[in-house]
Amino acid sequence: MQITITVNGAEVTRDVEPRLLLVHFIRDHLGLTGTHWGCDTSQCGTCVLWLDGQPVKSCTVLAAMADGHEVRTVEDLEVDGRLDPVQQGFMEEHGLQCGFCTPGMMMTTRWLLDHDPDPDEATIREAISGQLCRCTGYENIVRAVRWAAEHPAVDQPEQEVEA
Amino acid sequence: MQTPAPVDYARATSVEHALQLLEQLGPESRLIAGGHSLLPMMRLRLARPECVVDINDLTDLDYIRLEADELRIGALTRHSAVLGSPVVGEHYAILHDAESRIADPPVRNRGTVGGSFCQADPAEDLSAVGSALKATVVLRSSQGERTVPAREFHAGPYETVLGDAEMLTEVRIPIRPGAGSAYDKVKRRAGDWAIAAAGAYVVLRGGEVADCGIGLTAVGAPHFCAPEAEAYLVGKPPTEEHVAEAARLAAEACNPRADQRGPAEYKRHLAGELTRRVLLRSVDRAQGRA
Repeated sequence: MQITITVNGAEVTRDVEPRLLLVHFIRDHLGLTGTHWGCDTSQCGTCVLWLDGQPVKSCTVLAAMADGHEVRTVEDLEVDGRLDPVQQGFMEEHGLQCGFCTPGMMMTTRWLLDHDPDPDEATIREAISGQLCRCTGYENIVRAVRWAAEHPAVDQPEQEVEA
Repeated sequence: MQTPAPVDYARATSVEHALQLLEQLGPESRLIAGGHSLLPMMRLRLARPECVVDINDLTDLDYIRLEADELRIGALTRHSAVLGSPVVGEHYAILHDAESRIADPPVRNRGTVGGSFCQADPAEDLSAVGSALKATVVLRSSQGERTVPAREFHAGPYETVLGDAEMLTEVRIPIRPGAGSAYDKVKRRAGDWAIAAAGAYVVLRGGEVADCGIGLTAVGAPHFCAPEAEAYLVGKPPTEEHVAEAARLAAEACNPRADQRGPAEYKRHLAGELTRRVLLRSVDRAQGRA
């Protein structure tokens, strides 16, 4: 079947099998390998991307179900060589070691900060509770999210940051 | 790598269209909404439908509203919407308690209320909530609409009374002014299914329990409820002793099975202890103390 999905702002059209999972469509058909593919059972959360503005586990969505919808992946965080504060935060606070869980963590974090610009630790831990990290012990990830909260992008208007 | 077996895909544009597709495609077709139960089962080849009918466009089934003294929740309402709804919290804290313990935020963004009921997983949280609250579910087919009590909706593990070309469209919960309610769950780790969980509501009048409901999941409680314990408690003051006896009766009526989440006796202990806690919390909430 033919599907058309808006991925990171650009429409893409491909022929796919109805059984194809969204994570494989993104990685194998579009070559956007920033979204990682992990446990296959909606546990680990490394495949989290945004579907119509909401973080979802893309291993548990058929590509066909995203036909006509909007997807945002981790590749969309950086704009013209400028990293998103979330990406900078993960660098500054050593929020990753192996990096496997990082794309899902960052997409969840971006959504969290868009909706709650100043989250406390409990809120952060709840927000990332759908993602597993086996290296950092989460401490540095929580610090990375806090770093991003304290360093909103400089060229964003104040009211947008507050919204 | 776990990939579903080859499957056809159809997208419904309305409830009528979805029912029409189910009739055309036959009993080996399945509705898919959030997909967070069906797709894992398809990947594990525990389910192998010939066609999935995508109902995510039926946004007219995505609502939470008060109508006719009932809290009405559309089948396509996402778990995150229930959790975020002030109307839900105002009337039934049990739903916020339960939703905050279901899976994790990205899963709750996708999974639906109707899907949870229809999956009929024996460890499903919302099934216990529906039984505790004596909810009814609305089922629609081309023949029309019928309502079924939540306590009669599940026919067994992964089985419901839904016909082949019938779909659940709404969950209705009676509003009980002054009711207190609560849910609690013990699980192995964040986001996991329950080892055991219990939910309750209590309505007090003149210092006595005028009405109550108790729901349990993952512990083999028939129809996810504990009617003997409810009958015991009604008409009595909600003292610690009476609540403890009701909890004991609820645990006794369970039939837990030993599995990787624990031995049967441990689960029975949890069933009793969690019932005790949620009853006491419901009483506190009914009295405005929590």
